Amino acid sequence: MDLKTKLEYVIEVADLTVAYDVKPVLWDVDLKIPKGKLMAVVGPNGAGKSTLIKAILNLLIPISGNIKFIQNRADTKSNIKNRVAYVPQSGNVDWDFPSTVLDVVLMGRFGLLGWIKRPGKADVDIALQTLKKVGMEDYSSRQISQLSGGQQQRVFLARALVQQADIYFMDEPFKGVDTKTEKAIVLLLKDLKDQGKTVVVVHHDLQTVTEYFDWVTLINLRVVASGPVDEVFHQENLRQTYRSTGMLLKGMAV
Amino acid sequence: MLLSDYTFQTVAIGSAILGLISGVLGTFAVLRKQSLLGDGVSHAALPGVVLGFILIGSKNTEFLLLGALLSGLLSTLLITTIVKYSRIKFDSALALIMSVFFGLGLVLLTYVQKIPNANQAGLNRFIFGQASSLMRRDVNLMIICGSILLLLLIIFWKEFKIFTFDSEFAQSLGFSPKKLDLLLSLMTVTGIILGLQTVGVILMSAMLVAPAVAARQWTNKLSVMAFLGAIFGAISGIFGTAVSSFIPKLPTGPTIVLFASLIVLISILLAPGRGILHRLYRQKHNRSLNIERRAENDSTI
Amino acid sequence: MTPQFEIQLIAVIVAVGCALPGVFLVLRKMSMMSDSITHTILLGIVLAFFITHDLSSPLLIVGAAIMGVVTVWLTETLTRTNLLAEDAAIGIVFPLLFSIAIILITRYAGSVHLDTDSVLLGELAFAPFNRMIVFNTDIGAKAIYTAGTILIINLVAIFLFFKELKLVTFDPVLAAVLGFSPTMVHYGLMTLVSLTAVSAFEAVGSVLVVAFMIGPPVTAYLLTDDLKSMLIISVLIGTINGILGYQLAAIFDVSIAGSMATMTGILFISVFILAPHRGLLSIFRRRKMQKTKFGKMTLLFHLLNNESSFIQEQVSQICIVQNHLNWSDHFIKDIINRLQGENCIEVDGVFIKLTDKGRKTTIQEYNELFS
Repeated sequence: MDLKTKLEYVIEVADLTVAYDVKPVLWDVDLKIPKGKLMAVVGPNGAGKSTLIKAILNLLIPISGNIKFIQNRADTKSNIKNRVAYVPQSGNVDWDFPSTVLDVVLMGRFGLLGWIKRPGKADVDIALQTLKKVGMEDYSSRQISQLSGGQQQRVFLARALVQQADIYFMDEPFKGVDTKTEKAIVLLLKDLKDQGKTVVVVHHDLQTVTEYFDWVTLINLRVVASGPVDEVFHQENLRQTYRSTGMLLKGMAV
Repeated sequence: MLLSDYTFQTVAIGSAILGLISGVLGTFAVLRKQSLLGDGVSHAALPGVVLGFILIGSKNTEFLLLGALLSGLLSTLLITTIVKYSRIKFDSALALIMSVFFGLGLVLLTYVQKIPNANQAGLNRFIFGQASSLMRRDVNLMIICGSILLLLLIIFWKEFKIFTFDSEFAQSLGFSPKKLDLLLSLMTVTGIILGLQTVGVILMSAMLVAPAVAARQWTNKLSVMAFLGAIFGAISGIFGTAVSSFIPKLPTGPTIVLFASLIVLISILLAPGRGILHRLYRQKHNRSLNIERRAENDSTI
Repeated sequence: MTPQFEIQLIAVIVAVGCALPGVFLVLRKMSMMSDSITHTILLGIVLAFFITHDLSSPLLIVGAAIMGVVTVWLTETLTRTNLLAEDAAIGIVFPLLFSIAIILITRYAGSVHLDTDSVLLGELAFAPFNRMIVFNTDIGAKAIYTAGTILIINLVAIFLFFKELKLVTFDPVLAAVLGFSPTMVHYGLMTLVSLTAVSAFEAVGSVLVVAFMIGPPVTAYLLTDDLKSMLIISVLIGTINGILGYQLAAIFDVSIAGSMATMTGILFISVFILAPHRGLLSIFRRRKMQKTKFGKMTLLFHLLNNESSFIQEQVSQICIVQNHLNWSDHFIKDIINRLQGENCIEVDGVFIKLTDKGRKTTIQEYNELFS
């Protein structure tokens, strides 16, 4: 029998219920996000995955529920916003905005600077280094409208990485991205995990869950299951998660 | 010598300031897809102007402008509320509020003047602007308010930038979109009201839009865009004033707009990279390249 | 016909004539184009005047209408460069054309009484003074016939091309695929808008044409989902605005057109707040009901889920539940009261428990939600 190592959690969600207008989107969600894991959040469309992330980030107000960020013993009253980084879906931005790649990545540092203070040379250096990590260092002065979909995604990723946060939330970072970029992003995520960071990814491609992630949460209005991929990601749970959408699950058996 | 003429200097400075402020504020208005806010708020300011006159009882510019400001802000608030709580879109809400407020202003004006036709010198000045009747006092007010607006813009530059680009991400970093939206709207409305005296209600939208759009064609950096917008706006103001002073019977406001429009058209045609002529040239160049390549391929077969 | 009656008649004709194309402007998100056109037709009038030198020539109306279409064309050409957004294009084109008009008037037509004020502001009060003389008989104010003609044109056009307009408005791609040219319908609509603006602004002035074109449709938009109904309701609202607006102006002796625009606003606000389903009051009431409904369900589910837990005793204490759910004192009290009233829970000191009825209801709702 396996002896499970003692799990440390960074975020605890309890009794979270979110509703838009008539329909509930998230219902009575209880979720513990373990530290240092690469977690996928999967479920059918409209199942509340993005909503969950936004609720945790306080971007919307739930009907009920508690979201607790577990503080380290070393921290005093650290600003939660600075420990969490967010990579939203890239479709909501006007890419014709006059901004270079470096400009956008630098924006990620604004949270750490707080109101009024301006980014300095140190911030620019961090931004350039991060651009190198995502393979975009040659594009730093390129106008963002001239980027491909994969490149835009990498820029958004860099924008979150410069925050040097402990917990990263990403909303469908692989959507519409070419294979090369996808592989690059996965390497980056694994790298984050090796540094002890926690990464939560809303993921749409069931085929790659076992390959990319070590933890998975299955959501359809409620949490169907949450835990290590090899324990939780199997036919029965997937059927429960996707049953009302009639999705065919071929070759999903783990 | 015209340039040392006191009146000319006053009007030119006033127009330049108008151009500068609207060029900078217009940058954000255009990027936020609120280009026509200038048009809307200008019209919506009328009831405030008249009420200001009724309540204070004098044609003191400061009070009228204050009334205009409050009226303009109220209209912006209403538009935002309508869009937020119904399926009515921004453009319809803008058109509705602007025309209703203007109508209300007319009612108030005719109530005050007690004649059915609202033909007034004061109203004329408000609708068409009367740059030539700008006084040193007016210009001083513009300088003071303009400086405050610019200062606020510089202080909160990065906050406005991130909010305009990606408000959701900004919120995730801890910057309140509501507060920033309110501040930016307040600043824009103030800028619009300040400029009304110069070019009037109808042309104000051009001053908010044209310099910013022109600036966009020449740069990909937000800061440079705002800076160029200010320059283009100021140039329009100064040249418009100068030319209308030289040529008789040329009203100042429309001339300023003419210059602003000219700058936009030139920018759209000629700007390197984005400009139309450049694009056409590139297309032709590519086409001839393809012809060459095809010729090479044919010859090697 | 008394002057008072004539004025109201003209107002109603203008209001109805404007509301019809206005519905399509609102639905196609082109509301501000109406503002644009009503300003640029001044240039059309000026240019036509330079050709005919006759202020009462019908060529002026033609010129104005043409300029309206030209405005639209220029705006769209500018937008198509993709170097700026459509709203920015509007904001550049119409001030330019308007400025040219003002400059031309000031420089070359200064001696002629081309009253820019009446162009912009109009005044219905003076309309009855302009008579239509046919065969030496005064058959009423001229404005009745000009506005009336445009109204008839609008009615006929919309009646004939209703299905094309509907298709192009809601699904331009499908329209193109089916062989209806969206461009032609579009420019046809814009021509109607120009003609209407021209006929209306003499009576009510440019800015208030916008109120008449956009106000009633926007109000109707809150009341119906059906295009035909939206047209009919807009016409009704336009009529009401016209008549009530006139009454208001008569009582207070103020600008008639301004009063009608104000009435448009008053009516709109009333509908905005009171409309069934879409009105503010309905929205807030619905939200509160949902919050209560979800609150009740959440509490019931919470109790049900913890019934099997071995710490049930502790967990069903009111303050603990409140803490878990993160609710205010007021809210949890309210929910508990309601559930008690429905006999779904019973309160025992500081503990709350599901009743049998409560348990059955909860399980039923649970299954409904997650089936």
